[in-house]
Amino acid sequence: MSVLVIAEHDNHTLGAQTANVISAAAQIDSDIHVLVAGQNCRAVAEQIMAYEGVTRVLVADNHAYCNQLPEVISLLVMEIAGDHAAILSAASASGKNLMPRIAALLDVAQISDIISVESADTFVRPIYAGNALATVQSSDSVKIITVRTSAFESVAQNDSQAEIVDLDSIISQDLSEFVGESLSTTERPELNSASVVISGGRGLGSAENFQILENIADKLGAAIGASRAAVDAGYVGNELQVGQTGKIVAPNLYIAVGISGAIQHLAGMKDSKVIVAINNDPEAPIFQVADYGLVADLFEALPELETLL
Amino acid sequence: MKILVPVKRVVDANVKVRVAADQSGIDLSNVKMAMNPFCEIAVEEAVRLKEKGVADEVIAVTVGSEKCQEQLRTAMALGADRSIWVEADDDIEPLAIAKLLKALVEKESPDLVILGKQSIDGDNNQVGQMLGALCNMPQGTFAFNLKIENGRAIVSREVDGGEQVVSLSLPAIVTTDLRLNEPRYAKLPDIMKAKKKPLESLIPADLGVSVTKSLKVLNVREPEGRKAGVIVNSAEELLDKLRNEAKVIQ
Ligand SMILES: Cc1cc2nc3c(=O)[nH]c(=O)nc-3n(C[C@H](O)[C@H](O)[C@H](O)COP(=O)(O)OP(=O)(O)OC[C@H]3O[C@@H](n4cnc5c(N)ncnc54)[C@H](O)[C@@H]3O)c2cc1C
Ligand SMILES: Nc1ncnc2c1ncn2[C@@H]1O[C@H](COP(=O)(O)O)[C@@H](O)[C@H]1O
Repeated sequence: MSVLVIAEHDNHTLGAQTANVISAAAQIDSDIHVLVAGQNCRAVAEQIMAYEGVTRVLVADNHAYCNQLPEVISLLVMEIAGDHAAILSAASASGKNLMPRIAALLDVAQISDIISVESADTFVRPIYAGNALATVQSSDSVKIITVRTSAFESVAQNDSQAEIVDLDSIISQDLSEFVGESLSTTERPELNSASVVISGGRGLGSAENFQILENIADKLGAAIGASRAAVDAGYVGNELQVGQTGKIVAPNLYIAVGISGAIQHLAGMKDSKVIVAINNDPEAPIFQVADYGLVADLFEALPELETLL
Repeated sequence: MKILVPVKRVVDANVKVRVAADQSGIDLSNVKMAMNPFCEIAVEEAVRLKEKGVADEVIAVTVGSEKCQEQLRTAMALGADRSIWVEADDDIEPLAIAKLLKALVEKESPDLVILGKQSIDGDNNQVGQMLGALCNMPQGTFAFNLKIENGRAIVSREVDGGEQVVSLSLPAIVTTDLRLNEPRYAKLPDIMKAKKKPLESLIPADLGVSVTKSLKVLNVREPEGRKAGVIVNSAEELLDKLRNEAKVIQ
C-alpha cells in the first residue's frame, strides 16, 4: 500500500523539510504519494514530481485551501486517507497543527516527532525533551506520523516524473477564518536546514546586541537562533527559538553564545555535529555538551571572532 | 461564558529524568511532579478572562490516577471555580484523553476549551487538535495572544516563519504557547480556599468512553550522551580548531 506525505508550501515554493519527510516515508513504503493542498499551487506540485520515490502528486487547488487551515485540510485528507498505510508530515508548526486532527477523524493514534523508522509499524521518538528515546509499535491500520526532519537526510531528485492527479472535491467550512500573518523575511539560510547556526541567549542583553551575532552569521553563512529567554525578553522573534518547544536543529556547527544550556534548550540542538559554547560562567551546563568551549565575556570574544574571520 | 481547562500532572520541568534500568520507561519514583507548564498558562489565561468579566466560570479537568487531584487543587487555587477528575491510568494515549474530554465538552457545553500545546513528558502536542476534530470545533493552536470579540475568538499563533492570526467561531479550542502569559503563584489563602471548592470524580464508563491503546512501547532508552570536549583559551584557538580539527568552517 502507498504512503501519503503532506507537502509543506506557501503556494509557490516547496518547503525544504518535505524532502526529509519523503525520505522517512520511503522507509515505510516505496510507493509515495504527496498531497499539495493550496491555491494556485501547481508550481509546488511540479517541484515535487522529480523527487525519488514519489509516484503521484495529488493537487487540491482551490480558494478553500488557500491558507491551509487544519479544519478544512483534515477533511480533505479524510477523502483520500483510505488508500494509504501511513500519512506523514514534518513536525513543523503546520504539521503539528494538522496531523492530530486527521488522526482523531480516522480514530487512530498519532506518533509525533519520529527520528527513526525501524519497520513499517515501529518507530523511535524522543520523549521528555529528548532525555529518553521510546521505540513504539503501532497496531493501527493507518499510521499518522510527524517527522523530526533533522533526523532524516533529504531525498534525492532524479529524472523520473511522478504523475500529477487533480483532486476536485471542494470542502468548505465556516469554523475558522484566516485573518493575517506576519512572516519574517531573511536572506539567511533556513534555521531548520542551515549547516551553521549561531544562537544567542539572555547573555546578549539586548536586541541591539544581536547585531554582533548577525555580523558573524554573515561571515559564516549561518542561520541565527535564540534561546527562549532571548525570545521572551523580546531580543528576537519567536521563530528563532531553538529547543523542546521551538525548532529542532542539527547543523554541522552550532555556536551557543550567552546561553546557559537548560534541558529545554539542549533538546533542540544536542544532535548538532559540532557544538561550540561561549559563556563567561565556566560552570554553565552548556559546556557539558560542547565540543569546544570558550570561557569568555561574549562582548570581547565575538568582536575578536568577527575580526579573525 | 464557560471555559474548560484540561490540565496534566507531569514531571517538574526542572527535573532531569532517568530511564528505568529495565528500559520499560522513565523512573518516576521520588521525582518531583507538577502541573504541566503549558497547562498553568492555560489556567492563567482562563482566570484572566474571568477577571476581565469575559468568562463567568472556569472548570479544570484532568485525566489520570488519584494523585492528579493535586493539580486540580492547584488549578482551583489559581482561580478555577471547580474541577473534574476522570480516574484512569496515567499512561493513556492522547486520543483516549481527547475522547474523554469530548464527553465532558458535551456534558458541560463550554464556549472555550484552553489546553496546553504540549505535555512536557510525552511531548505529544496532540490532545487539543484531536479534541477539535472530535467536537468539530475550530482550533487556535500555539497561541501567544487571545481576544474574545463579537462572539469569536481571535487567536494570534506562533508559526514557523513568524506569526499568524485566525478568527474562530465559538465554541473553540485554544492551545497555549509560553508567551501567552506569565502564570501567577498561588497564595496561601487561595490554596486554603481551593480545598473547599467542588471536585467531582468520574470514571471513563460514566462518560461512555472505553479507553483502548494502539501503541505499544517496546523500550525506552537513553540517547547517546555527548561528552564535554575541550576548553579553548582564545577566539583564535577556537577558530583554528574549527578550521583544522573539526573542519566545519573554511
Ligand atoms: C515548558 C518549558 C519549555 C521551554 N522550552 C524552551 C525552548 O524550546 N528553548 C529554550 O531555549 N528554552 C526553553 N525553555 C526555557 C529554559 O528552561 C531556559 O529558561 C532558557 O533556555 C534559558 O535561556 P538562556 O540560556 O538564554 O538564559 P540563562 O539561563 O539566563 O543563561 C544566560 C547565560 O548567559 C551567560 N552570560 C551572561 N552574560 C554573559 C557575557 N557577557 N558573556 C558570556 N556569557 C554571558 C550566563 O553565564 C548564562 O549562562 C523552556 C522552559 C519551559 C518551562
Ligand atoms: N491526562 C490529561 N488530562 C487532562 N488534560 C490533558 C491530559 N493529557 C494532555 N492534556 C491536555 O492536552 C495538552 C496537550 O497534551 P499532549 O497532546 O499530550 O502534548 C496538555 O497541555 C493538557 O492541556
